[in-house]
Amino acid sequence: MRVVIMGCGRSGAYLARKLVAEGHHVTVIDRTSASFKRLGPDFAGDLVVGTGIDEDVLRQAGIEQADAFVAVTNGDNTNVMAAQVAKEVFGVPRVVCRIYDPLREEIYRTLGLETICPTLWGVNRIREILGD
Amino acid sequence: MYIVMVGGGKVGYYLTRSLIEEGHEVLVIERDARKCAALRNELGAGALEGDGCEAATLEEAGVCRADVVIAVTGDDEDNLVVCQVAKHKFNAPRTIARINNPKNQRIFRKLGIDVTISSTELILSQIKQVIPAQSLLHLLTLRNVGVSFVELEVPAGSPAVGHPLRELGIPDDCVLPLVVRGGQQAIIPFGSTVLEPGDEVIAVSSEASEETLRRIICG
Repeated sequence: MRVVIMGCGRSGAYLARKLVAEGHHVTVIDRTSASFKRLGPDFAGDLVVGTGIDEDVLRQAGIEQADAFVAVTNGDNTNVMAAQVAKEVFGVPRVVCRIYDPLREEIYRTLGLETICPTLWGVNRIREILGD
Repeated sequence: MYIVMVGGGKVGYYLTRSLIEEGHEVLVIERDARKCAALRNELGAGALEGDGCEAATLEEAGVCRADVVIAVTGDDEDNLVVCQVAKHKFNAPRTIARINNPKNQRIFRKLGIDVTISSTELILSQIKQVIPAQSLLHLLTLRNVGVSFVELEVPAGSPAVGHPLRELGIPDDCVLPLVVRGGQQAIIPFGSTVLEPGDEVIAVSSEASEETLRRIICG
């Protein structure tokens, strides 16, 4: 599968390496090229410098042929916008959007985006560990 | 009208001032405490310190009873989220977003924002009106039907000069209802009309044929 990942932080880089190791074709987008260091020197995927809320940058990253798009920058709103562009403008079949703010996550989940909220997951897991 | 404005930068400041002068009730949401204080003191506007992208802030601002929500921060993605949250969570009847990158205008419309204003595009069109350019100027665009009213100035070396309009190969989905000659003479053109350098041509054209029309008239 061809995957475009926006945001080369810890999550983006780790996911990119994992997918490449599994044999998938991966393109990573980040605003600063220094972030690509996290991918390691032997990374076999493609790299694009730019902001993923720009249509042209997404095109350059091969969004038109992509099977999946993952938005994991540290900005909730950037992720929300890029994910909607990928889904509504380019018709990418699988779009995943990370949103830290639980309230915003709920709104966009209701609107039909596939969202994940690490804050909520973390909180629930911590609560579980704390027990009664 | 009750207006909630998100973003108290320069655009937000002057917009709020004008709207208050017109008698509207305006509440500005701004993240920066200093800017908030300035808005309160200088304009007497209601100013709420907070992140307008968060549902809780919008609720506190009374978006439920707002007639319009206007997002004018410097970040397009923030303006998009403000408008979407206001619309879908609080049923804001009208949302207006400022757009910095003109390319986002189409995207915002597709994502359901009622009105978008691109300051970049507005400035660009103003500049084009002041500086005579040998290209095509959009006067009015009817997006739903994909048709624009455009203005073209016939340059000195135009291939259209000296030939009747009917021989120029103007596409079927372009109509030329008016030619202004010398800035004062209005000519309703026929197929036999011959253009002269300096003529201003007003045309109605489909988006698809604009470029062809520009090439025919401007070379």
